[in-house]
Amino acid sequence: MSVAMDGVGVPREAAARPASAGARQIIGRMRQPLLALALPALILAGWHFATAGRAYSLIPPPSEVAVALWDLAFGGINDDAFSGTLLTHVLASVSRVYGGFALAVLAALPLGLLIGRVPLVRQMLDPLLQILRPIPVTAWLPLAMIMFGLGPRSAFFLVFLGAFYPVLVNTVFGVRSVEPRLFEAASMLGCQGSAQFAKVVLPAAMPAIFTGLRLGLGFAWVVIVIGEMTGVPTGLGAIIMEARQLSRTEIVICGMVAIGVAGFVSDRIVMLIGRRLLAWSPNHG
Amino acid sequence: MAKPTVPILSLTDVGKSFDVGGKRIEALRGANLEIERGDFVCLIGASGCGKSTLLRIVAGFETATTGEALMWGKPIVGPDPSRGMVFQDYGLFPWLSVRGNIGFGPASRGRPPAEVRETVERFIELVGLGRFADAYPHQLSGGMKQRVAIARVLANDAEVVLMDEPFGALDAMTRERLQDELLELWERTKLTVLFVTHSIEEAIFLSSRCVVMSPGPGRIDRDIPITLPRPRDVSAPDFNELRRELSGMLHSHHGRQAA
Repeated sequence: MSVAMDGVGVPREAAARPASAGARQIIGRMRQPLLALALPALILAGWHFATAGRAYSLIPPPSEVAVALWDLAFGGINDDAFSGTLLTHVLASVSRVYGGFALAVLAALPLGLLIGRVPLVRQMLDPLLQILRPIPVTAWLPLAMIMFGLGPRSAFFLVFLGAFYPVLVNTVFGVRSVEPRLFEAASMLGCQGSAQFAKVVLPAAMPAIFTGLRLGLGFAWVVIVIGEMTGVPTGLGAIIMEARQLSRTEIVICGMVAIGVAGFVSDRIVMLIGRRLLAWSPNHG
Repeated sequence: MAKPTVPILSLTDVGKSFDVGGKRIEALRGANLEIERGDFVCLIGASGCGKSTLLRIVAGFETATTGEALMWGKPIVGPDPSRGMVFQDYGLFPWLSVRGNIGFGPASRGRPPAEVRETVERFIELVGLGRFADAYPHQLSGGMKQRVAIARVLANDAEVVLMDEPFGALDAMTRERLQDELLELWERTKLTVLFVTHSIEEAIFLSSRCVVMSPGPGRIDRDIPITLPRPRDVSAPDFNELRRELSGMLHSHHGRQAA
């Protein structure tokens, strides 16, 4: 973000040529979405020609998936167990993703601030956390099922684990890279000791923390599918597993699309919040 | 000889050693200095003469290994708002606007919000940044950043302003303007300034006293009162004579070091 210091805007080049200005502007504005849509359209076309009209294709053509998606969302076409259930599954997954994510942030953020700033805490916790870190979340699944039983609580736990490390690692990194000068500046201005956590460490580490939040939330969406594949009745992961067992590949693809969209939307939300909070940073906003 | 008043700052036999890779480096040895309220003292010397170390001891960022540093007769035990520091690299909080940076000190010290706001506006006007009150540091020029750094120290009721080569990173024209502004502030507010520089001209132009330091180990060599009438003219004959004199002192140390 930059502020026009002189208060005078630079006149647009287009204003000099009014005849073609409108058309140019429309092309200019459409360029980005057109470029972004080119490859998906190509893939969709390839998918269509590879599958449509073949009797024994294991992968359904895109048109069939589109119909299934409509039925999944609003019902009224197939009238089976999947019809009109999309919202229930999306809400179930969203609540687990955000619940687990929120819990992970609540734990990882203060812990990261302490590990980054207090040597004693770092010496006590860092080795343990570093040994636990390489263990993939999927490897926790059997243990999670024993500890939390089959069902949503295991999924919740896995999401928590998946989001915890990205937030923690980035927070620690952010805290450790705060300019030492800023602590000197704060203390000579009368902000000393633990008051510096809120007034210096947290805001200075905010860009790195936000990177961690984005990574963590993205990872939460990856993990939720695994978490919901074991004995959970609702959720996008559950619907994919169930459809697979019934060989309803079009529903599997619908579930994948829904996860993609939900993950994308939640990432945009975090980015928008970040842009607000980090307007001060030359590298953000 | 007993003095009737306690000096605002007094250093007695102050020394500082650092451990650098197992070797003990003596950065400052036996520094004695008394500064009265309202003095504008420049510390000048080649790099490694301990001038920044001395400043950081007065600021409370470093503790003296030997001797003692006092303010109003009381030992300096850590950073304190009464001794504000202006860094060469500004040290502004990038996430706070100009307003936020200037208000940081008063707000941290628990001043009521209305009073903080009033103080902030007063000091923004004082340093002429009214149009940039809501800009963030990365949107400001170096000169503007340093004005904010000075304003936030003054807004926090600093009695002593410590400046570590504050204009060293600025272009010549901006530097001259800020020197003028600083002198005006100093004359108006009766501040005490301790100013580190390696520019002889800057030291003579600004200071009421020039403390010449030399390296290996860092120590104070001379303490020269500068009594030229203000405003000073850097091209006047008496200014040039002083410049030659100080330059001679600094260069003789180079010679001695090389020998």
